[in-house]
Amino acid sequence: MNPPTLAVAAAANPASPEASAPIAEAIRLDHVSKSYRLPNGTSFDAVKSVSLAVPQGDIFGLIGTSGAGKSTLLRLINRLEHPDAGRVFVGEREITALGKHELRVARQRMGMIFQQFNLLQNATVFDNVAFPLRIHGKWSPGDVFRRVRECLDLVGLLDKIDSHPAQLSGGQKQRVAIARALAPRPDVLLCDEPTSALDAETTRSVLDTLRDVNRRLGVTVLIVTHELAVVRALCRTVAVMEGGEVAEQFAVDETGPGRERRVTALGRELARMAVYADVQNDLERLDAALA
Amino acid sequence: MSPNIIAILPELWTAIGQTFLMLAIGLSAAVLLGGPLGVLLFLLGPGQSLERPALFGVINWLVNTVRSFPFIILLVALVPFTRLIAGTSIGPVAAAVPLSLAAIPYFARLVEQNLRDVPRGVIEAAHAMGASEWQIVRRVLLVEARSGLVLGLTVLAISFLSYSAVAGVVGGGGIGDLAIRYGYYRFQTDVMVLTVACLIVIVQLIQFSGNGIARRLDKR
Repeated sequence: MNPPTLAVAAAANPASPEASAPIAEAIRLDHVSKSYRLPNGTSFDAVKSVSLAVPQGDIFGLIGTSGAGKSTLLRLINRLEHPDAGRVFVGEREITALGKHELRVARQRMGMIFQQFNLLQNATVFDNVAFPLRIHGKWSPGDVFRRVRECLDLVGLLDKIDSHPAQLSGGQKQRVAIARALAPRPDVLLCDEPTSALDAETTRSVLDTLRDVNRRLGVTVLIVTHELAVVRALCRTVAVMEGGEVAEQFAVDETGPGRERRVTALGRELARMAVYADVQNDLERLDAALA
Repeated sequence: MSPNIIAILPELWTAIGQTFLMLAIGLSAAVLLGGPLGVLLFLLGPGQSLERPALFGVINWLVNTVRSFPFIILLVALVPFTRLIAGTSIGPVAAAVPLSLAAIPYFARLVEQNLRDVPRGVIEAAHAMGASEWQIVRRVLLVEARSGLVLGLTVLAISFLSYSAVAGVVGGGGIGDLAIRYGYYRFQTDVMVLTVACLIVIVQLIQFSGNGIARRLDKR
């Protein structure tokens, strides 16, 4: 019925095998391991030969109970922790193969935010957001000024540009940290428990900002959290870690039989929350129809 | 005014000038040499980004060793070295040599301790943004620790004001020298009271300005 379409499909497919995987990977971990030596002489395997792929533009959640190795895994990506074995790729670049100087350059393309915000307390909001641009050394003062204002506008804190972090609320501090992480136009944004120090209200504002940033800039977000509500509200894909391994990985909005096949407690809990939400929706629709 | 005091008044001004000269040289040496040494001590220390246990051990030992000398012993022991550097072993400039040598490890230790108070996470965030060690020192450590460093320098200045008085023993001059020569050896109690009063005023001024500057620099 449609010969031209068929011809195009036939021509495209066998010619390039890569075309069958159209979504490029922003981050790829290949059998990555990390263990720590404990004070009592034994060693603790925080991450055990984990392989993981985060598609470009995704909001990817990494959940697990405390000690499951999720924060360590995140920190292996920009080599705040150095893996004992395995390879880490961000985009095309193999992070684990870089020398000290190249690693610094590569880190300029990776934003990171932390549970404790980690802003410079003695610097203004402007200077905090300008920090990465100034150390990268290729931004003129005028460009720095414009870019900082742009990023603060994006997180809705332009009016706080001359404040110091001590004058801001927790949620505002985290949004400044997001602006700082985004200023050098990173490809990926690594988030280490970004809302764990915040109350429910400010958590929502930070999640809104992250979602907005992902949608408008297309930056890939990898977020470590122990809060399932955060995963539900923000993530598209989630991986559950248990004992240093990725126990399972699924789409957050997955429906149908996949939900029943969850193997981890956290995975089942997320499935249950999804079912509740579905039932809630149905009830609301029913109410609306009856009214 | 008592005749004793009127007699030493011209000498008092010279002595105050000499005291400030010794302090200025000693504190400059402390900041210019002891400061970098303290930063190095911090960065080479356990758990830090340039961790080198052996080198850290050597510098740590050196700092402790120089600090364990009683100042008066250091003053005398260093006379040949002082002659080499200052050309003489008498006068405020000569006295500033052992003063500086004592001030360098003292300030290095103060710097190291203050840098340890900078939250690890802030340093880590700078690493995650691709900052070099030098950038972290200049843009993170010195910025976050600056009020503590000013208070450290204040403590150092006051300690070395009294060390400079000891320097009078080897003909270093200064207010302390005046107190010993007139107040102590000649039993001129009024001169003694005056010199001590001068020292009290100077200490109060140093502490007051140190506190003020530190408070203004601290935005935490």
